[in-house]
Amino acid sequence: MGKPYISTNSIEQLRILRATEPEAVLRVKNLNVKAGDHHILKNINLEIPKNRITVLLGPSGCGKTTLLKCLNKLTDLYRELKVSGNIYIDNDDILNTTASIPDIRQKMGLLSQRPYPLPISIYKNVAYGLKLKGVRDKKLIAFSVEKHLREVGLWEEVKNRLNSPASSLSIGQQQRLCLARGLAVKPSIILADEPTSALDPTSSKIIENLFRDIKKHYTIILVTHVLRQAIRLADHVIFMDDGEIIEEGSPVELFENARTDKLRAYLVDGN
Amino acid sequence: MLEEKFFIRLSALFTYSLIAVLAFIIIVIFYKGFAALNWDMVFKTPRGGYYYGGEGGVLNAITGSLYISIGATLIAVLIGMPAALYLNVQLIRYRRTQNTIRYFLDALWGIPSIVYGAFGFTLMLFFGMNASLLAGIITVALLISPIMVRTFDEVLCTIPKGMHEASLALGSTRTETAFRIMFKQGFPGFITAVLLSFGRGIGDAASVLFTAGYTDNIPVTLDEPAATLPLAIFFQLGSPIPEVRDRAFAASIILTIIILFISIGARLLSKRYSKTNLK
Ligand SMILES: Nc1ncnc2c1ncn2[C@@H]1O[C@H](COP(=O)(O)OP(=O)(O)OP(=O)(O)O)[C@@H](O)[C@H]1O
Ligand SMILES: [Mg+2]
Repeated sequence: MGKPYISTNSIEQLRILRATEPEAVLRVKNLNVKAGDHHILKNINLEIPKNRITVLLGPSGCGKTTLLKCLNKLTDLYRELKVSGNIYIDNDDILNTTASIPDIRQKMGLLSQRPYPLPISIYKNVAYGLKLKGVRDKKLIAFSVEKHLREVGLWEEVKNRLNSPASSLSIGQQQRLCLARGLAVKPSIILADEPTSALDPTSSKIIENLFRDIKKHYTIILVTHVLRQAIRLADHVIFMDDGEIIEEGSPVELFENARTDKLRAYLVDGN
Repeated sequence: MLEEKFFIRLSALFTYSLIAVLAFIIIVIFYKGFAALNWDMVFKTPRGGYYYGGEGGVLNAITGSLYISIGATLIAVLIGMPAALYLNVQLIRYRRTQNTIRYFLDALWGIPSIVYGAFGFTLMLFFGMNASLLAGIITVALLISPIMVRTFDEVLCTIPKGMHEASLALGSTRTETAFRIMFKQGFPGFITAVLLSFGRGIGDAASVLFTAGYTDNIPVTLDEPAATLPLAIFFQLGSPIPEVRDRAFAASIILTIIILFISIGARLLSKRYSKTNLK
């Protein structure tokens, strides 16, 4: 018989398998965060599936923001936070790596609870990350700025005022600008910490639809307190409480067949 | 309700009294000095017998004061601007260190300028220098640097941490965050800092008394002594001759106008460059 034989058919099968079970781009192993005696994150183990929206749920103070900050190393800004464990992004452990921190952070786009446009023009906000990357070609920058502003549906609204201050936009527009600016550095992951909590329903809807559109190309981790939003968007759900992952799985598993009392109580409160 | 009204009235009264005091100072200075103010005052150096009512002006003190305060402000900016940014960006993790540094800077701010004068004088002797433009600039720079750092720092402190994080998350280094984002967002504070430092520098007499000295000439090199407006005012006020005392007020008008011009200019500049800032 000789060598094992793989039919074209089984390769096809493998491809389908891959497509349904996406590889993890981000793996967290035994992540612990402490602030003094306060154990903020307790032995977190996670795999975030590629090109999916992973929703992070949990009561206030359970450590969602802290977890996101670990992922892009913003915990560095807080000396009191002691972080240990492993976080693998593209198989590189960012907690124990020699890679430069700005390079790691550019693999992720951050959307915070409230938009923080940089104190420069709309155009420069989007161009900012590119310039940091060393892109100097004016045409390329202009092309990219337009592309990403179109991607977030802002282009038509701002194309005639690209040089006005970004702070002159409405909050909803600012949040989309922040998304465009994050996308411009070509991240593979988007970290969104309650990105719609400061927005009106229409702007929230726009952001939600955007997420649905762009998840083909990006892996999105979304923290939200809006249960209906979670149900609308989630491909994968993680429920945390008091620094621990309580349940993790598909939306159906968590939203319809909650196994723990904690999650059930949370879902009841949410509705 | 009545109580509320009372306190609002009282606060209003205090606010307007302060403005009235400022107006009063300016009126008195102009009233006493306007007659003595003429183009000679601004464009001529003292001739023989100037201090006894003879011909001449205080151009020596005007240029000396501008040289010293501009020089000192430049040094203070070069030292103070990066220092304030360092304090707020590099040291963001170290709150206790930050507060200790702020405490020392506040103490430095509070030291009377005559002490800086004495310190500058000691330093000068140590290096074998004479009273000179350079010694004056260095002493005034020491005097105003803490003002520069703390004033700028106070504004940098108020920048939301979210903006700091947003900049880092986009991939800026800490230095890029400091100089491109924090500096930009804190620019109005920077202008205020420059203005306060400059104002303190040009108006201070005690720090330059022994270090810059006094001369009737306009200094050409850094090792020549330099006259300053506050000292010109001081010397002339002490004169028994009424015309000379009036000239002290005229010199005060000049000093006030210089400060006024600088502050209006600074305000315009700050407006122009903070349009893009997050409010
Ligand atoms: N720098 C810090 N120092 C000390 N404790 C901190 C620090 N940052 C966060 N914590 C604590 O860690 C816990 C988790 O905070 P975190 O902000 O991650 O919660 P969260 O899940 O995002 O809550 P919310 O839904 O209200 O945003 C809280 O108890 C908080 O007080
Ligand atoms: Mg949070």
